[in-house]
Amino acid sequence: MNSGRKIRILVAKPGLDGHDRGVRVIARAYRDAGFEVVYSGLHQTPEQIVAAALQEDVDLIGLSCLSGAHMYLFKRVIELLREDKADDVMVIGGGIIPEEDIPKLKKLGIKEIFLPGTTLDNIVGWVRDNVKPRC
Amino acid sequence: MFTERTLQEVQEAREKWEREVGKARRQKAKKGKRFSTVSDLEIKEIYTPEDIKDLDFSKDIGYPGIFPFTRGCQPTMYRGKEWTFRMFSGMGSAEDTNKRWHHLLKEGETGLSTAFDFPTLMGYDTDSPRATGECGKCGVAIDTLRDLEILTHGIPLDSVTTSMTINPPASILWAMYLVVADKSGIGWDKIGGTIQNDMLKEFIAQKTFMLPPEPSIRLISDTIEFGTQHVPLWNPISISGYHIREAGSTAIQELAFTLADGIAYVQDIIERKKLDVDSFAPRLSFFFNSHLDFFEEVAKFRAARRMWARIMRYRFKAKNPRSWWMRFHTQTAGCSLTAQQPYNNIIRTTTEALAAVLGGTQSLHTNALDETLALPSEFAATIALRTQQILADEIGVTNTIDPLAGSYFIESLTNRMEEKAWEYIDKIDNMGGMLAAIDKGFPQMEIADAAYHYQQQIDKGEKVMVGVNKHVIEEKAPPEILRIDEEVEERQIARLQEVKKERDNRRVVQILSDLRAASKTDKNLMPYVIEAVKEYTTEQEICDVWRDVFGEYRDPGFY
Repeated sequence: MNSGRKIRILVAKPGLDGHDRGVRVIARAYRDAGFEVVYSGLHQTPEQIVAAALQEDVDLIGLSCLSGAHMYLFKRVIELLREDKADDVMVIGGGIIPEEDIPKLKKLGIKEIFLPGTTLDNIVGWVRDNVKPRC
Repeated sequence: MFTERTLQEVQEAREKWEREVGKARRQKAKKGKRFSTVSDLEIKEIYTPEDIKDLDFSKDIGYPGIFPFTRGCQPTMYRGKEWTFRMFSGMGSAEDTNKRWHHLLKEGETGLSTAFDFPTLMGYDTDSPRATGECGKCGVAIDTLRDLEILTHGIPLDSVTTSMTINPPASILWAMYLVVADKSGIGWDKIGGTIQNDMLKEFIAQKTFMLPPEPSIRLISDTIEFGTQHVPLWNPISISGYHIREAGSTAIQELAFTLADGIAYVQDIIERKKLDVDSFAPRLSFFFNSHLDFFEEVAKFRAARRMWARIMRYRFKAKNPRSWWMRFHTQTAGCSLTAQQPYNNIIRTTTEALAAVLGGTQSLHTNALDETLALPSEFAATIALRTQQILADEIGVTNTIDPLAGSYFIESLTNRMEEKAWEYIDKIDNMGGMLAAIDKGFPQMEIADAAYHYQQQIDKGEKVMVGVNKHVIEEKAPPEILRIDEEVEERQIARLQEVKKERDNRRVVQILSDLRAASKTDKNLMPYVIEAVKEYTTEQEICDVWRDVFGEYRDPGFY
């Protein structure tokens, strides 16, 4: 099997939210950690994000949302992955997300939520510990 | 400002001081510790007349209300008129936001400022598939004139000024406001306010964009020309550094890129509209961030006024002193706040607001303590307003104008900000101006570098964020936050459908077709937009015409 393959990550901004400081810092941190990173830019629909994830054959999707629309947008990404039988692609999220929403998002299938103040080392470490390149 | 003899004495005294107390000084100073601003500008241990020996009082400092405006744009500053307490607010439906506006006015707010939701900011109606889940989440949802009528209900438009943070569809929201004024019998010469309407910083930083740069700039020039002719008290643009800073820039980058954007707009209006610079320049307004580093911010504000005065007078040869002055709104730095121990945010906002006041702002928004968690609750927004009122009335900083002037450190830092910002402006000029620089991704990448550098400093503990990388505690329950009811979206869609049913749809089709034809010429589009909104044409219907005629801008995704 292709055990030498690097972890491939799609970082994505779903919806109309334009706050991209965090997502771009994290894209760099992933790149500097040796992961392969695809950043699909702003204003992506959940459909576009899932299509990009499949096309780029990624192991992980990192979603960022600071607009408050995470409950709809994150859920939609998970639903579309299931519809495409691609639910082995792991999904994590971050942004301005009220604590009470975290258990709901995890129940939907989001593996982890990172809130403001999380260090880059923490996020990169979590990816190393939890994501294996799919074969 | 100093005689040769004074400078000689200062130098001798410094050398003596260094000799005699140098050893103790070196022992006490923390080994290896760098002393630098939030923007990572290195700061010396002490400043003296030697650091400002070339400063010329009349040319560089002077008096408020006259060139070069370093000390303030009005001659009386806060002794004549306090800055405007202008709280940025908007959430849920127009009714919800109207209620918050009335609350804040009752508590002593003196100007309004509107936060729109993302569909409104991006030119989509609430019933668009692109808008699902977003309605009212990040601000108020406005689809048609009906919503703006509800939003402004009971607000005296002839005595309160309103700012609207809106960019690609700025002309549409402004047209709605003008029509509401008409319907209330208030002349356009009596209403005041601001539309942000600054697309260059959208491409650079805030990223609510719609059309490519060239047609975006054309729409802006149309609004500025229209305002100059018909709405004399309105600020048809607010050239903004705020979002550049929030995206992670340094203070110097914020200053430089904002002024470079200003240069690009002035140049465009002169060339495209063939207008005399003095006919529109007095209505240009600005918007800055006030971040944590107190002195760096004060110096930035002072440098900004001085630089703009020099740009307008020497580069654009403006003759009217009103064209030289820079008036600006300030917002405290959202990005400086922490989700951890959120009550600490009150303190951060207080010192940031104080820097803005000592920097001579004309208008101020203070962030609420809970803004890293959600839109502000009424409780949190009221404390933020009280913060400004305490600064204005209790602590004595409004008694005298520009009280920090003459400080060796402040004057020297003001000079440094200016010098470094000119270097950036020269670089951008050499690239062919700001539009060309944006096309190359220059400001975007400079900001991304600074943001990454700052985050690494935080992670390594080189910069402190209390509650995040120092004095961390086990968090108790967070404060109660504002949640936007999911039903807001259903109700908004129902209202939109009702409006579409009731309006004269044949007239709407005709107006949109006229707008399409005019968009392909170089006619000023404001009269067409006003006609359209008057008939309850939706925001997206107008934007769709433009997207169709001009095409859409796609994020290049630089990181």
